[in-house]
Amino acid sequence: MPDLLIELFSEEIPARMQARAREDLKKLVTDGLVEAGLTYAHAAAFSTPRRLTLALEGLSAQSPTLKEERKGPKADAPAAAIEGFLRSTGLTRDQLEQRDDKKGATLFAVITRPGRAAPEIVAEVLDRTIRAFPWPKSMRWGAGTLRWVRPLHSILCVMTDDHGATVVPLTLDGIAAGNTTRGHRFMAPAAFPVSSFDDYVAKLKAAKVILDPAEREAAIWHDATTMAFAQGGEVVDDKGLLAEVAGLVEWPVVLMGAIGEAFLGLPPEVLQTSMKEHQKFFSVRNPRTGRIEKFITVANRETADHGATILAGNQKVLSARLSDARFFWENDLRTVKSVGMEGMAAGLANVTFHNKLGSQADRIARIEALAREIAPLVGAAPDLAAEAARVAKADLQSAMVGEFPELQGTMGGYYARAAGLPEAVANACKAHYQPLGPSDDVPTKPVSVAVALADKIDTLTGFWAIDEKPTGSKDPFALRRAALGVIRLVLGNGDRISLTDLIVRGLGLQLWRNSIMGPIYTLESEIERLECDLSDPNWVGTFLTGTRQQAEQLLPKLREELRSLQRQMDDLDAWLVVAPTDLLAFLHDRLKVHLRDQGIRHDVIDACLAMPGNDDLTLLVKRAEALAAFLNTEDGTNLLQGFKRANNILTQAEAKDGVEYSFGADPKFAADASETALFAVLDAAEATLAPAMASEDFPAAMAAMAALRAPIDAFFTAVQVNSDNPVIRRNRLNLLSRIRTICLKVADLTRLEG
Amino acid sequence: MAATQGTPRSFQEIILRLQAYWAAKGCAVLQPYDMEVGAGTFHPATTLRSLGTRPWAAAYVQPSRRPTDGRYGENPNRLQHYYQYQVLIKPSPPDLQDLYLGSLNAIGIDTALHDIRFVEDDWESPTLGAWGLGWEVWCDGMEVSQFTYFQQVGGHDCHPVSGELTYGLERLAMYVLGVGHVMDMPFNDPDSPIPLSYGDIFRQTEQEYSRWNFDQADTAMLLKHFEDAEAECDRILTASQPDKAGRHIVMAHPAYDQCIKASHLFNLLDARGVISVTERQAYIGRVRALAKRCADAFVTTEAGGGQAA
Repeated sequence: MPDLLIELFSEEIPARMQARAREDLKKLVTDGLVEAGLTYAHAAAFSTPRRLTLALEGLSAQSPTLKEERKGPKADAPAAAIEGFLRSTGLTRDQLEQRDDKKGATLFAVITRPGRAAPEIVAEVLDRTIRAFPWPKSMRWGAGTLRWVRPLHSILCVMTDDHGATVVPLTLDGIAAGNTTRGHRFMAPAAFPVSSFDDYVAKLKAAKVILDPAEREAAIWHDATTMAFAQGGEVVDDKGLLAEVAGLVEWPVVLMGAIGEAFLGLPPEVLQTSMKEHQKFFSVRNPRTGRIEKFITVANRETADHGATILAGNQKVLSARLSDARFFWENDLRTVKSVGMEGMAAGLANVTFHNKLGSQADRIARIEALAREIAPLVGAAPDLAAEAARVAKADLQSAMVGEFPELQGTMGGYYARAAGLPEAVANACKAHYQPLGPSDDVPTKPVSVAVALADKIDTLTGFWAIDEKPTGSKDPFALRRAALGVIRLVLGNGDRISLTDLIVRGLGLQLWRNSIMGPIYTLESEIERLECDLSDPNWVGTFLTGTRQQAEQLLPKLREELRSLQRQMDDLDAWLVVAPTDLLAFLHDRLKVHLRDQGIRHDVIDACLAMPGNDDLTLLVKRAEALAAFLNTEDGTNLLQGFKRANNILTQAEAKDGVEYSFGADPKFAADASETALFAVLDAAEATLAPAMASEDFPAAMAAMAALRAPIDAFFTAVQVNSDNPVIRRNRLNLLSRIRTICLKVADLTRLEG
Repeated sequence: MAATQGTPRSFQEIILRLQAYWAAKGCAVLQPYDMEVGAGTFHPATTLRSLGTRPWAAAYVQPSRRPTDGRYGENPNRLQHYYQYQVLIKPSPPDLQDLYLGSLNAIGIDTALHDIRFVEDDWESPTLGAWGLGWEVWCDGMEVSQFTYFQQVGGHDCHPVSGELTYGLERLAMYVLGVGHVMDMPFNDPDSPIPLSYGDIFRQTEQEYSRWNFDQADTAMLLKHFEDAEAECDRILTASQPDKAGRHIVMAHPAYDQCIKASHLFNLLDARGVISVTERQAYIGRVRALAKRCADAFVTTEAGGGQAA
């Protein structure tokens, strides 16, 4: 069984594309080989900045011989039909077999496809793979037509078996496959031949190239942590950065340097972000102080001066970058100290949030109004929540966030503290954006919760007001994330909030209506004045309106414009009537997804959604959890069966009789002991259920229902509901109605499956 | 050769060494284009010559203007007027990376001591309707050049592909010469009878242009000039073809001059802060439309490999 080694050697492949490219190369080549009838034992793909490599072990030396039989036309079919068959099979008439079947003599083609040698198949598959490689962006170069991520320089394609190594013949756009590659661009640039994967890996290492990205990552991390530890520091973990850096070097050399004394006062987030974004440096923290004091850079080569020149150069670039950062930081601090956070936020009046939803300042005013209302519901002081809302986005106007948008909120916290604002307000700057994703923490401090909720409700109601809802996979304003944020904030803190109230309030604060209303008023008064002017036969026009004739022509245009605006207004008002229900339904949909991830069935949620107060998510989930737990017990499943049976009989009888059996079951008509017993337990259940429901003690309510299970079972076993005696029948149907009423108090059990 | 020269001593020596290096590699060493441009790419030797099938190899210094980057000569790294060194070779030779690294050695960057990296950076010019793939080249963590394989220019696919190298001369020179503030950089040899620093030559102009760019430029006039340039470009391209002698001369270059003008006028208007975010896109689109039509015209000419001659 031969082994196969493929290396595609090119100019520098972007680091972010390498992981995906390894997978694609492996999949495309192995799929192609298997499709062509070859098998292999093991496949592994590797990459460096300059090469993509695939190693296959135990490849079959050739594909199996295949025999294919195809039925053709009858022997006496018209010549054209037979010729067509010959063409499609590639055989001649005398190579066809003639067999007799039910319908007479029929022609058959027996085609033997001899197995093909692996190299031939490999060449075909590799050619196809390179030409159709799914790079996120690819390019042409020179005068050629081939596309690759960057210019492709050479192809190594070698099969190795017991007899030695042979090159798989293959030429692509002038590049002939061979058995040579090159080492490190600077340290070992010469070409050399390889005979097998092991030989390749060993010779690459000798030529200062570590092939396996995982090995480079491990080496970088090991050296970095060791070096930091030796100086009493720890490297700030960053898996994404590690993978990226490993994709930028073939021969990693880790160097550590100190951050200039002048910059150590910058917030650690600023140091970390600046170093990572601009220079792909790791941060080294002093564990005693929590400050970031050193950096680690990863060079791509060894040098005679052990990296001294490289480190000095990097340090110099870092100083220039951090000088900028310090300039922003000091400038921002000066701003907040002189004009406060609200002064810093002043410019947000000129920043458009969305052309239909006003400026960032408009948005902040809405969030403030909402936060003030939410505050008492989540245990926050309304004035504090309002203040937090006013300043939480101020840092969007800071120089630092202008440079590093990912520091929004974080910088706000620092600046709010510098401005002497209360800690609760400072915390809300960062926390009000949270949770940023399904795995991000949910704020718990009341002021933060109030502003975070207000922020998300404003976003949702804003885009609902202008009917910009997510569709399919399109969610450009991240409204699903905002909805999940609302859900997690409410549930995570156990807050009792009527979302409908908040939605209606939020919609009411949106400016969209005003933006139509203003022009309508203006037009109305203009038309009125013009009509009044024109009613005077002696009026000759004014400088503003033009001549009388021009004014007469203007009037119908203005009227049409007004009608169009009024139509827009009518449409909007009609939509705003249904928008709250629509938005609540959207939130319920997201809640279902959220709860399904936590193992609660969708029908259980539906059963609870059908109950009143479903816009109080905490209550809703309490109910759903209790119901889900109850349905997991034997009593629960049996009671559900009993309920369904009672409900079915009752529904059928009501449909047939055209009446509603809802009142008047009387124990004196009980004909059977089981019936009498049922009366008794229903009385008891009602007595327990009412206070349990009133105190929202769903487990207690479920327990009360569980007590019904045995008597209901016994009742159905002992008696026939549809008795011949009409009095007894009516009484029993009314009794079933009591079962239904009691059960439906807890949740709409009719919506449960099974 | 380069190694024996040692480290350059002045800004101009770096330019001279680049000129000598690329001349030795066979490039036509051109002179700067005589118009105000935002980058070396605008020179017709790059924009227009990257189109069509005829081979091309040119290198030149291009003074470039970015009015919004003016800092009155006070910022150590930012200037509203600066120099780019530009190399364009079509078709891009297979050893372009090595040629480029040779140029670093020529200006005194010893690749055995420094860490040179090719870091992904795709280039796009919305005003020229152009894009390409390539890298920014890092030397010890500092960006010293842009390296791009042009894929499309003026809306035309590049066939063959040009390789473009752009060196930001001031930044590169400051690094090589070990200077912290651009104005302190020696322009000629510091041992000359009359040594001149970059600041001796440009501090005052940076102050004057910063004031004009930001506060004084007459925006109504600039706007009118923008519209005039746009109209003239259109007129040149749509002028009835045969001239008095009955010749058909397509005027791609004169039209492209007007496109360059429009682009720079837009930059000036932008620096004056009179263009809103939404208008910005519209202006860029108008310049791009001109660039595209110039490119359409150029590819019909002889230099563009077309049939019009």
